[in-house]
Amino acid sequence: MSWIDIGPVSDIPLRGARKIKTAQGCVAVFRTGPDEVFAATDSCPHKGGPLSEGIVHGQSVTCPLHNWVFDLNTGQAWGEDASITIFPVQVREGRVWIDGASLAARSAA
Amino acid sequence: MTQKLVIIGAGMASGRVIETLVETDPDAFEITLFNAEPRGNYNRIMLSPVLSGEKAYEDIITHGDDWYAQHRVTCRFGEHVVRIDPERKVVEGQNGPVSYDKLVIATGSAPFIIPVPGKDLPGVITYRDLDDTNAMIEAATQGGTAVVIGGGLLGLEAAAGLAERGMAVTVVHLMGHLMERQLDEAAGYLLRKDLEKRGITIRTQGSTKAIIGKDRAEAVVLESGETLSADLVVMAVGIRPETRLATDAGLDVARGIEVSAQMQTSDPDIFAVGECVEFDGTLFGLVAPLYDQARVLARTLLNEPDAFVVKDTATKLKVTGCDLFSAGDFAEAEGREDIVLRDPGRGIYKRLVIEDDRLIGAVMYGDTADGNWFFGLIKDETDISEMRETLIFGPAYQGGASADPLSAVAALPRDAEICGCNGICKGTIVDAIEGGAADLGAVRATTKASASCGTCTGLVEQLLQVTLGDDFQMPAAQPICGCCDLTHEDLRRLIKSKPLKSQDAVWQELGWTTRNGCHVCRPAVNFYLLADWPLEYRDDPQSRFVNERKHANIQKDGTFSVVPRMWGGITNPRELRAIADAADKYNVPTVKVTGGQRIDLLGVKGEDLPHIWADLNKAGMVSGHAYSKGLRTVKTCVGTDHCRFGTQDSTGLGIKLEQMLWGSWTPHKVKLAVSGCPRNCAEATCKDVGIICVDSGYQVGVAGAAGMDLKETERLCDVPTEAEAIAVTVAFIQLYRETAKYLDRPYKWVAKVGLDWVKGRVVDNLDERARLIAAFELSQSIYRKDPWADHAKRAEAYQPLADLTLEAAE
Ligand code: SRM
Ligand SMILES: Cc1cc2nc3c(=O)[nH]c(=O)nc-3n(C[C@H](O)[C@H](O)[C@H](O)COP(=O)(O)OP(=O)(O)OC[C@H]3O[C@@H](n4cnc5c(N)ncnc54)[C@H](O)[C@@H]3O)c2cc1C
Ligand code: SF4
Ligand code: FES
Repeated sequence: MSWIDIGPVSDIPLRGARKIKTAQGCVAVFRTGPDEVFAATDSCPHKGGPLSEGIVHGQSVTCPLHNWVFDLNTGQAWGEDASITIFPVQVREGRVWIDGASLAARSAA
Repeated sequence: MTQKLVIIGAGMASGRVIETLVETDPDAFEITLFNAEPRGNYNRIMLSPVLSGEKAYEDIITHGDDWYAQHRVTCRFGEHVVRIDPERKVVEGQNGPVSYDKLVIATGSAPFIIPVPGKDLPGVITYRDLDDTNAMIEAATQGGTAVVIGGGLLGLEAAAGLAERGMAVTVVHLMGHLMERQLDEAAGYLLRKDLEKRGITIRTQGSTKAIIGKDRAEAVVLESGETLSADLVVMAVGIRPETRLATDAGLDVARGIEVSAQMQTSDPDIFAVGECVEFDGTLFGLVAPLYDQARVLARTLLNEPDAFVVKDTATKLKVTGCDLFSAGDFAEAEGREDIVLRDPGRGIYKRLVIEDDRLIGAVMYGDTADGNWFFGLIKDETDISEMRETLIFGPAYQGGASADPLSAVAALPRDAEICGCNGICKGTIVDAIEGGAADLGAVRATTKASASCGTCTGLVEQLLQVTLGDDFQMPAAQPICGCCDLTHEDLRRLIKSKPLKSQDAVWQELGWTTRNGCHVCRPAVNFYLLADWPLEYRDDPQSRFVNERKHANIQKDGTFSVVPRMWGGITNPRELRAIADAADKYNVPTVKVTGGQRIDLLGVKGEDLPHIWADLNKAGMVSGHAYSKGLRTVKTCVGTDHCRFGTQDSTGLGIKLEQMLWGSWTPHKVKLAVSGCPRNCAEATCKDVGIICVDSGYQVGVAGAAGMDLKETERLCDVPTEAEAIAVTVAFIQLYRETAKYLDRPYKWVAKVGLDWVKGRVVDNLDERARLIAAFELSQSIYRKDPWADHAKRAEAYQPLADLTLEAAE
């Protein structure tokens, strides 16, 4: 793992998301509880909806375009044979860190 | 003389036999009742609601201890009968023998266990009785994974219940689609989709090879080699009549205990009833025919003539939200014709199978309201050639009746069966209602209709409504979503009455089952809170759909559209120039004149939004709220300013209204129009509020629609002055904000509450009108402001949190 600091957790709205740009495309960073963050590809496997714009509820997000719901722990869509890639993230001293190695691995895959 | 009657099995069939006996001739028999389960008769079919947590065991007891005591039934519960000696006419229980004059075998059936390795491991259970149900509930408290083998009625109810209790459930089904005995592929597909939406995984064409685990079940291995982890395995692959006692006693037994049409076995003093019997080659697995058998048996025992005949049965699934119905024969065959209706948007599928001008089968999914009517046509072999064209639309469309939802029930003949479990017809229920049964409970008590599985409850309520008219209050229907049991109406009432002023209060006080709602309920809760408590509650952008959170309409490619307000459709060269400049500066690909008399800039990048807003703000333009459940547009025509027919200043009134109302949040969007004369160039007669100016003043119409439904406005009132036209409009919108269900446009809301009720508050009662206007003004003191100006100051929130394009490239 190679952790990269992407900013203060307080910049992500509670029960909300922000996106980050990477060389492999946008990644959505979700904040579901005070210190609970998740990261996933920002593109819905249905028709590319920006998941960072979805409604975040429980540990899930609803795509803003056609309401597919994804579990942020696994990336699995509820009731659809589809999933999004999840990336390791963590909060340390109020800042969010994402695993650069798995971001890079995505482009290799 | 009193005879000794011994009954083996205290299940649903024998329970009905005893009821009939004690009601008809309480002194005819001295009854001894054995039951292997340590309890008496309960409503077995309601185990599924017990499993899912909707009901408790106490709610489904049919006969309690006091009932048996009152009717002097000797109960030997928790005691297996081990042998019948037909020579000596003695039954041997585990705790000793008892002799009989007449004997009834009502042992039901036993779940079939597929003979695979591991079937006896702890953690592998079947689904038949309360103990099984409790075992599943207990297992579910640990969470974990469950595999249900069998995708029929029982398996799916078990799966839904376990999923409801938080387990990750997979259903393994041998056939190509679920419930293949009752459903065709199309309905099976919709059912699958609905179950998958609840997080249940479905493996069709899955054949179980083994159950593995060290001390208890850990996984299920399929023939395909796939291994499914399983803390709990439920086998629900079918049932087999429980015939061992009869076989040992030398009675005639085929697959079930063979009986005559009087329910007599090959021994004249021994009878059998329920799922353990076979009649004329037929086995039984649903209660409706068993209740017929029970009636026949009771009459036979009392020496009255009666005969059992096999009838078609209809099937429903007791999983909330999976609405299916199937009856008759729906296999494809030569000479048969299908009528199919699909509504993919609403997930509705209906298929009727016709042979020789008779309906012989029906399968429905999504909307099963007409199920019993179709079932009646099948059973009565009605000639349907006359109504073939409209048959699929159900009874409401036959004989020119109106499309009122209640007319379907009103149109049913008296002998149409309403309660399939108990075989109760419409006529019986209507007679009971006319005889004084004024609510559901009373109808249940007098007729037994809706007292078993309860799926006909809606129909019984509609019959109450049809028969009693306004004297009967229809209970409100659907809960908002899976997060709670409340309807929108209940929720709104509780928010006001408790009172609840924050989302957390709502989740906690009203027992939400999820952490913070979902995309369905949370926007509704947010709206109700801000509408009822404008000062105390702060609007929560995270509970809003992206358009309302970002104050722009998201496009299919993830860009946004920007629509500035053009008050009453009026603009000027300065505004047009600013729009043109913005379009150039931000490379807007499409500039379009909307149907709402203003200009839409489509294809703006999310990052640019705060900047384009700042530019438009500089030219004096504000958000047009083209994205909001709130005031959209007020269309106007040119009116007296220019038009030779104009009677009043329609443009001026439109602008005043828009300036009053803009920024307010409403249950759904609100659109207005003002036309200067009855030629109606602003199309005011299809708006939420539409005003037509006439010489004598203003005709205020409300509740029009021109979207998915088309409806002309209804006249709220005629007023002489512009000030009054504004006052009733504002009061109307505030009443809508206070009482409508989220996502009901005004026309839907008015249809529910009635225009007279609205007039009573907005037009006739001047105090109430004043209160409504004051309440609206109070709310507007917070919300009548430009969100764009606000958000333009926080441009950084619209940018990516970080840009790692360089780092990741290294
Ligand atoms: C831009 C516009 C079409 C146009 O190019 O003219 C438009 C565009 C959309 N309409 Fe509309 N409607 C537009 C006028 C209308 C009209 C005509 C009118 O307002 O006079 C109607 C029929 C009148 C009515 O509302 O009853 C109309 C009935 C709908 C409906 C159906 C509403 C209903 O209750 O049945 C929807 C769906 C909804 O709101 O749930 C809808 C939804 C939409 C959405 C927001 C769909 C969406 O969720 O993405 C479209 C957004 C496009 C975009 O990305 O910007 N639009 N839409 C019009 C904007 C008017 C404005 O200036 O604000
Ligand atoms: C979970 C579930 C859901 C269902 N849902 C529906 C539905 O929605 N609609 C529908 O129509 N049907 C449904 N059914 C089927 C319905 O419950 C049965 O058709 C009905 O209960 C059969 O009645 P019965 O009296 O023949 O047998 P049971 O109700 O099974 O009663 C038989 C009794 O005999 C006892 N017994 C057996 N052997 C002995 C012995 N040797 N000594 C003493 N006692 C003995 C058993 O313990 C049992 O209590 C459902 C069944 C289950 C399990
Ligand atoms: S009618 Fe409205 S919702 Fe439909 S495509 Fe056109 S703009 Fe979109
Ligand atoms: S693009 Fe996400 S649900 Fe359609």
